[in-house]
Amino acid sequence: MDASRDTLSRTTRPTRSGNRMEPWIERAVRLAGLSAIFIVALIFIFLIRLSLPALTRIPLSAFGDLRWYPIEERFGLVSLVVGSLLVTAVAVGIAVPLGLVTAIYLGEIAPPWLGDILKPLIEILAGIPSIVLGFVGWVALAPLVQRLGAPTGLTAFTGGLILAYMALPTIISIAEDAIDAVPKSYRDGSLALGATRWQTIYRVVLPAARSGIVTAVMLGIGRAVGETMAVMMVTGNAAHVPRGTSMLFQPVRTMTATIAAEMGEVARGGTHYHVLFLIGALLFLITFAINSVAARLVGRRRTGEGGG
Amino acid sequence: MRRQQRQRLAFLLVSGVAWAVTIPIMLVIGLIATRGLEGMSWAFLTEMPREGMVEGGILPALVGTVWLTIGTAIVAMPLAIGAAVYLAEYARPGPLTSAIRLAIVNLAGIPSIVYGLFGLGLFVLYLQLGTSIVAGALTLGLMTLPVVISTAEEAIRAVPQEFRLTSLSLGASRWQTIRHQVLPHALPGILTGVILGLSRAAGETAPILFTAAAYYLPSLPSSPADPTMALPYHLYVIATQVPNMPLAPQFATALTLMLIVLSLTVAASVVRSSYRRRREW
Amino acid sequence: MLALGLLNMSCGGGRSDTGEAVRMIQNTGSDTMLQLAQAWAETYGALHPELSIAVTGGGSGAGIAALINGTTEVANASRRIKDEEVAKLPSPPQEHQVAVDALAVIVHPDNPVSQLTLRQLSDVYQGKVTNWRQLGGLDAPIILLSRETNSGTHVYFLEEVLRLGDKESTDIFASQTLLMPSSVGITSEIRRNPNAIGYDGLGYVTAEEKVLALADSDDGRYVRPSVATARDGSYPLARGLFLYTSGQERAEVKDYIAWIMGDDGQAIVARLGFVASEK
Repeated sequence: MDASRDTLSRTTRPTRSGNRMEPWIERAVRLAGLSAIFIVALIFIFLIRLSLPALTRIPLSAFGDLRWYPIEERFGLVSLVVGSLLVTAVAVGIAVPLGLVTAIYLGEIAPPWLGDILKPLIEILAGIPSIVLGFVGWVALAPLVQRLGAPTGLTAFTGGLILAYMALPTIISIAEDAIDAVPKSYRDGSLALGATRWQTIYRVVLPAARSGIVTAVMLGIGRAVGETMAVMMVTGNAAHVPRGTSMLFQPVRTMTATIAAEMGEVARGGTHYHVLFLIGALLFLITFAINSVAARLVGRRRTGEGGG
Repeated sequence: MRRQQRQRLAFLLVSGVAWAVTIPIMLVIGLIATRGLEGMSWAFLTEMPREGMVEGGILPALVGTVWLTIGTAIVAMPLAIGAAVYLAEYARPGPLTSAIRLAIVNLAGIPSIVYGLFGLGLFVLYLQLGTSIVAGALTLGLMTLPVVISTAEEAIRAVPQEFRLTSLSLGASRWQTIRHQVLPHALPGILTGVILGLSRAAGETAPILFTAAAYYLPSLPSSPADPTMALPYHLYVIATQVPNMPLAPQFATALTLMLIVLSLTVAASVVRSSYRRRREW
Repeated sequence: MLALGLLNMSCGGGRSDTGEAVRMIQNTGSDTMLQLAQAWAETYGALHPELSIAVTGGGSGAGIAALINGTTEVANASRRIKDEEVAKLPSPPQEHQVAVDALAVIVHPDNPVSQLTLRQLSDVYQGKVTNWRQLGGLDAPIILLSRETNSGTHVYFLEEVLRLGDKESTDIFASQTLLMPSSVGITSEIRRNPNAIGYDGLGYVTAEEKVLALADSDDGRYVRPSVATARDGSYPLARGLFLYTSGQERAEVKDYIAWIMGDDGQAIVARLGFVASEK
């Protein structure tokens, strides 16, 4: 660390004016560079520090309780974790295939003029605030899901579907990049050998873009696990482990929605307060793991391409 | 040929899926635009809410969002641009730089509600800023850092190496080179990043839930230490909490919020494209 | 960090600030009382432009927690403050009963069921009865709607309905109960879902929901909630609505509460469908 700063100051040639400030400015820039590490660490430390009392006050086994009923000191996390998993699974299950196919369509099949219409549309989707999508889910999608035969429109499926559309722009753009990055020579080779365009896409382009596609999936999961407001508005928030064949069409309560719904109202310093921070710390760890793996995949792909 | 038929079928399916993705987007936008316009008026944007927010407008929420967005820019810009300069101009490949990059990726991935928790823990309680615009802007500022850093770094890297070499060879110091050659040329790109970050901040609800947002305030915030109403939270409130709330103002609020966020996104891409057209290298 | 600290010092926080600018009164708590609190704030604010009364919901627990944390001066609660909450306050709180509310049990207008005993209701919410057929209705699953657990209404319903007033009982809501973030969440879902059952303060009920008549014992009389039946005590689910202050509130807060308890404040109570408090 210090060695690099030494080289920096050595390359900084003394010159005319105002350069007494220069070492300070460069130090500030360096600090700003390090700030990202500092902030991630600070967030982690705060979450851990504020969740520790929960771990000391209640036995670990209490978190295995099937019920989440904080006013009676029942802090079972099972239903919340299952809720988050279920909604995320629905979201990824919908968004990944749809996103991937859309990326193929945009990159390989659609005429350019159509791409010019559809791509901005998808960018607009990326720009719609989650609360607005949640609002649409609440006023329009939930009644629709109910009309399809669910006992209520506020279900894991409804939440997952909204999340899928939120994750789609990310998935489409990463998948597009991955497909674009497949060298043209692969395609030409395949076509020259007599394969159809579809066979080329299916057998050559997709396998070559695999790692990019995996990244898209990971980031989609990361996005879906952490989404809060829209999910809170359309999943019914029942702290319940759904069972049976209709499990997707039952209400669930996610970890994020639990924090959002309850944190505003707990007494500071109470066990409930600290358990909510514990849920926050869990979310942090989950997304940290997912994003670190995804970042490694991206890095490997970049280096694999020979530094593009 | 069977292979040709299979291709035709596959292409049909693929385009069907692509339409299944895009048509709902158009429906959602169409729904918000048409229903939103019904309740939209100049008065709606410039009046205080009345009668338990059922009547009147959304002025305090609009003003609050503007305040929060400006605050976010003040918090995020210096830190993010500094970090981008460091990464593009000073950092050398190595474990430290990889750690910074990993940290940025993870900052981008932290759920917005966790930022909200952190903001509550650090700004509202520990630093005793209370539920306030400052606490909200700090929280949103941290959340927008990664977007701004990545975009700004890209913009700085895009400035051709010759510019730096010329400046250095003329005797300018490294910082002078950055200050007078690199940053001015990278400015539109940096601006794009800032605007993109702000567009995200303006639309977020979860980070301000416990740090800045108030359900109802009868007057506009008078200082950064006041809590504030904000459009995203206001939409949540009138959609799920206010009794006898007609749908028209809900859609109009959604439309207003969407337009603000989208116009920021569009502004970002206009800045980016006009700068691509103008640049001389 | 230093800069943040300085910022903090110069901003001061709204609580003890007595500057010449607009003064803030923070008012937090019960969602049932939001409509009321906001109407009071709007009307009183128009009379006293130098005051800014910030109203926030979140639930009765939230309001009392905020009073304990010192982030609000007036806590709205749709239940009485608990002893353990009093213990956390630095000084004994002041209680002001500002209104009476009848808790209405509501279903979709198409639902043929029109009356229930409290015991039936308790069984429904514990998940022991899961089909409307068992209550004389159609063959359809019962969708349970409740307010979030931090809501005073939730706690009241738990104690008076689910546990039928039995303090020893540890029964809780069935896990499949949908927890709605607000009273409005419940009425909106009731309006579009013929299978749903929920509860809400009478002030929130409109003609688009069907209100059930309730009997407090299996052979008791079924009574529909109204201002009259809440006042005379014949409707089994009527409760007080309260404002709590720390006991050390500023003069302008005292004035505000006195105004709420007076004729003007109570006229608003009546206008919004609650029962004015008797003095």
